[in-house]
Amino acid sequence: MDAAGVALFYAFGALALVSALAMVLQRNPTYSAFALVLVMCSLSVIFGLLGSPFIAALQIIVYAGAVMVLFLFVLMLLNVQREVPARAAGGRLRLVAAALVTALVAEVGSVFWRAGLGPAAAGYEASTAKMAALLFSYRYLYAFEATSVLILAALVGAVVLARRSAQ
Amino acid sequence: MNEPLPLTPLQQAIVSTLQVLLIFAANLGLFTAITYVERRLLAFMQFRLGPNRTGPFGLLQPVADGIKLFFKEELMPESATRWLFFLAPALSVASAFLALAVVPYGAPVVLPRWGLLPAWLQGRSFPLQIADLDVGLLYIFAITALGVYGIVMAGWASNNKYTLLGGLRSSAQMFSYELALGLSWVGVIMLAGSFRIQDIVASQQGFSWGLPNWNVFRQFPAFVIYLIAATAECARIPFDLPEGEAELVAGFHTEYSSMKFAMFQMGEYINLITVSALASNLFFGGWLSPIAFVPASFFWFLFKVLAFLFFFIWLRGTLPRFRYDQLMQFGWKLLVPAAAIWILATAGFLAFGPAARVAVLD
Repeated sequence: MDAAGVALFYAFGALALVSALAMVLQRNPTYSAFALVLVMCSLSVIFGLLGSPFIAALQIIVYAGAVMVLFLFVLMLLNVQREVPARAAGGRLRLVAAALVTALVAEVGSVFWRAGLGPAAAGYEASTAKMAALLFSYRYLYAFEATSVLILAALVGAVVLARRSAQ
Repeated sequence: MNEPLPLTPLQQAIVSTLQVLLIFAANLGLFTAITYVERRLLAFMQFRLGPNRTGPFGLLQPVADGIKLFFKEELMPESATRWLFFLAPALSVASAFLALAVVPYGAPVVLPRWGLLPAWLQGRSFPLQIADLDVGLLYIFAITALGVYGIVMAGWASNNKYTLLGGLRSSAQMFSYELALGLSWVGVIMLAGSFRIQDIVASQQGFSWGLPNWNVFRQFPAFVIYLIAATAECARIPFDLPEGEAELVAGFHTEYSSMKFAMFQMGEYINLITVSALASNLFFGGWLSPIAFVPASFFWFLFKVLAFLFFFIWLRGTLPRFRYDQLMQFGWKLLVPAAAIWILATAGFLAFGPAARVAVLD
């Protein structure tokens, strides 16, 4: 990446973090949804800067284009105005939360420790066709297809559950 | 002839800026022209005259409309969510223009060696395209997906039941037909072996049995699916339910006035241009010529785009509107399965047909 690329990388990284925070802290669910869309878009720009336009496009098509539209659709249909704040959690729950946060920080820290903060995957040029060929190669095909069957099973399950409750 | 030197960053910036401005201005001009032509053509189809008072043949009507919209009072509902209400039209028009960035308009232009041009520009060739992305079609798909948010935001932020219903209808419709739209491209992508629109146009070169090798002949079902889904994506008649005036006042843009309303209109027409340009590039050989001895040129492309625009106006003058349940049934139960079956057929032809290529995997 050149200097402009690095600047854009940090700008959109910051935007992703800020909008992720906004998503969690926001009380209005519709705002949260819009903030999440912004997170997806900034992540997509970062993927693009890292030399992977294919993932960048998929990030927007799948998450911003499909998943979040459905989220918003439901939010608007139900016309949720404001999140009802839950009562302050008890001391035991706070302990669990603190333990989980520590575990998460340790995990992220260990990843950074092992990877280092240098210019990691720079210079990796992948064309879309090459990437598709890799994805459908014998190495990844099985996992790829198994995932899609899993998603299909979840979909069928959701339809069955929805039908049963409608009767 | 020696290879021209690579451009300095400053020169590159100048060239890119000019490219963007030129393409932006050309599309704005086309947008202005369509608003006039559409009203006139619709009028003729309905045995009326249409706008014919402003300037010769009413040609200055778009200018008058623009001035009127600029000076209209801007209204905003008191209970609206202010920043989303402002953001929505901007998002809608920006996403429309962003999609145009990867559309190629013709073969690269080679500048002549005139004395008037700066020396570093002479004899250099420039593509008639802002960004030649490796994932061109996917990029367009992603940007159209973002365009939905402008509409959803407008419908929600206005805080009005009609706009909300209009926004919901739009998002459901665009979401459903985007699927068919994307699937209709797959056959074309498989034939070309690339997402790059330049490659897809190049794959349609040549003639067989006196006909050009255009995808409209090789991929006719995909073309029909594309045309229907694209009409629905642009919310044109017969798919203009999002703004069905009889039941929803004006749909998601009911509360918008003045230039904000104009921005929504502009976004819609720019989307229409994008859709027509894509139809020409993907299915009608872009700037390639249909006659063997006539060279390919930008004018072929322009002619094809204008023909598609005329077709969409013609549709609007001819067809009634769908009912909402018909729209959803048609999209999900007919268009999507048909597109999927056609993909299978194309894949089978490529794998086992006369020109079967052995895919090279790692």
